[in-house]
Amino acid sequence: MNTGRERAAMTYIQGETGDWEMVIGLEVHAQVTSKAKLFSGAATLFGAEPNSQVSFVDAAFPGMLPVINGVCIEQAVRTGLGLKAQINPVSVFDRKNYFYADLPSGYQISQYTQPIVGKGEIVLDMPDGSSRTVGITRLHLEMDAGKSLHDQHPSKTFVDLNRSGVALMEIVSEPDMRTAEEAGAYVRKLRTILRYLGTCDGNMEEGSMRCDCNVSVRRPGGPLGTRCEIKNVNSVRFVQQAIEYEARRQIEVIEDGGTISQETRLWDTAKGVTRSMRSKEEAHDYRYFPDPDLLPLVLDLDWIESIKATLPELPDDKKQRFMSDYKLSLYDAGVLVAEQARADFFEAVAKGRDAKLASNWVNGDFFGALNKAGKDIQDSPVSASALGGLIDLISDNTISGRIAKEVFEEMFATGRPAADIVEAKGLRQVTDTGAIDAAISAVMAGNADKVAEYRGGKDKLFGFFVGQVMKQTGGKANPALVNEILRAKLAG
Amino acid sequence: MSIDRATVAKIAHLARIKVPEAEQDHLAGELSKILAFVEQLSEVDTEGVAPMSSAVATTLRWRPDQVDDGGTREAVLANAPDRAEGFFGVPKVIE
Repeated sequence: MNTGRERAAMTYIQGETGDWEMVIGLEVHAQVTSKAKLFSGAATLFGAEPNSQVSFVDAAFPGMLPVINGVCIEQAVRTGLGLKAQINPVSVFDRKNYFYADLPSGYQISQYTQPIVGKGEIVLDMPDGSSRTVGITRLHLEMDAGKSLHDQHPSKTFVDLNRSGVALMEIVSEPDMRTAEEAGAYVRKLRTILRYLGTCDGNMEEGSMRCDCNVSVRRPGGPLGTRCEIKNVNSVRFVQQAIEYEARRQIEVIEDGGTISQETRLWDTAKGVTRSMRSKEEAHDYRYFPDPDLLPLVLDLDWIESIKATLPELPDDKKQRFMSDYKLSLYDAGVLVAEQARADFFEAVAKGRDAKLASNWVNGDFFGALNKAGKDIQDSPVSASALGGLIDLISDNTISGRIAKEVFEEMFATGRPAADIVEAKGLRQVTDTGAIDAAISAVMAGNADKVAEYRGGKDKLFGFFVGQVMKQTGGKANPALVNEILRAKLAG
Repeated sequence: MSIDRATVAKIAHLARIKVPEAEQDHLAGELSKILAFVEQLSEVDTEGVAPMSSAVATTLRWRPDQVDDGGTREAVLANAPDRAEGFFGVPKVIE
């Protein structure tokens, strides 16, 4: 959990006039996984022809009334439960009023004073193995607006309403983060949880997850500074870069005697800077009021409990189980549970086998090869049972770990089982001490000078002899036996 | 509560309604009277009374998550003053 004071000193930014501390809060818009929109029966699929997934409700035709999608409510509740948050049995939809070309009704249906989900928390796993708890302020349901394309025509903006009305969850954190890395870890962890829950696909490139970053700086332990909001950042890397840049910008302004004015800024990906959106002040006067077209959303407590009963094992619990059941390190367990598919694959490989070996292979060569090939687990040419077959051959000393890497490459390229490759290529490990003896004798005879040096105290040469013996045996000699026999023979 | 000229100008702008300056004083008076009329409600003691959301006993209806609408681009675009390549066309919005 939070180790408060000690971490603080290491995370300050050094300015010209002393140390500064960042204060970061994030608002993540996560698209709810559902077939139809929040208030209409139009489809939500990504990448459809413009305006082909638009109902009269989404286009705000006169007289059209919103009817709420029950699955979207369930997804919001499921997410709230996954964030260990309070579920509000009564919540209210409000109208957030503003004018923009891709918002045909002139208001967004959202939740303001009474959101569906209240306070919760997310535990971040930092690269150094420590963890931090970040508070969730609230989660509310709202409809997305349409999409404006400004660069298709010299004098016109094109508007596509396919996204208009798609359900979003806005998940607001407490201002609990103090570094850009923590903000990155927060977005990654939230995405993992949403994917485990199946409530959002977390695909940032397609805009299923977008992040607004609230950043301010202060003297360590001092009063809060004025914050700026960086809108619509669409990758974890950009979240970190934008926050880092923005904090340094604010420090420079203050140290030069200026003041920070509260404003909305944009992250310019190409230039790597944030810049002001020059928006008018009135733009923030949304004049929220309860939407007269929608009654309060009342949830049945038994229904909430029934959703709770269907929650999957979440990443934090899975990580604990991997550490206690499989005796994996915090790091290995953390890497495995970051994706549900990866964790499932590991468990299939580890079943009845050496779990540490299974974890090393899954996190190491297996994912290395997948990444290199640009493939997902689902399209892997090596199945969990095939990888298990390879590990069995290592465990029963049929092949050495080094040969296994070679066999794995062949498996990945051809899809053939490990045992076939080992047989066909004659890679079976040499455990016959006679053959190893002979190889060692040959190496020693060919390197009499080095043997003398070794015996004269140059211990480091041991590795050289091991290498030569392995070379002599085509890498097939059992390394443990080689070490043992070699040590004895060299000792004379 | 009374509404002044500046407030009239501000809410007119927010609602994108053109209100000539000459009419602002008059409207400020009218809006103030409307508010004063509604404010009589605050004389009622509502301590401990839950806000009423509907005059009839009814609950929010939920729809199933099924796609049963959309796919009607022509109808959706039929009244658009301008369109191109399946999009609505609007005067260029400068960010």
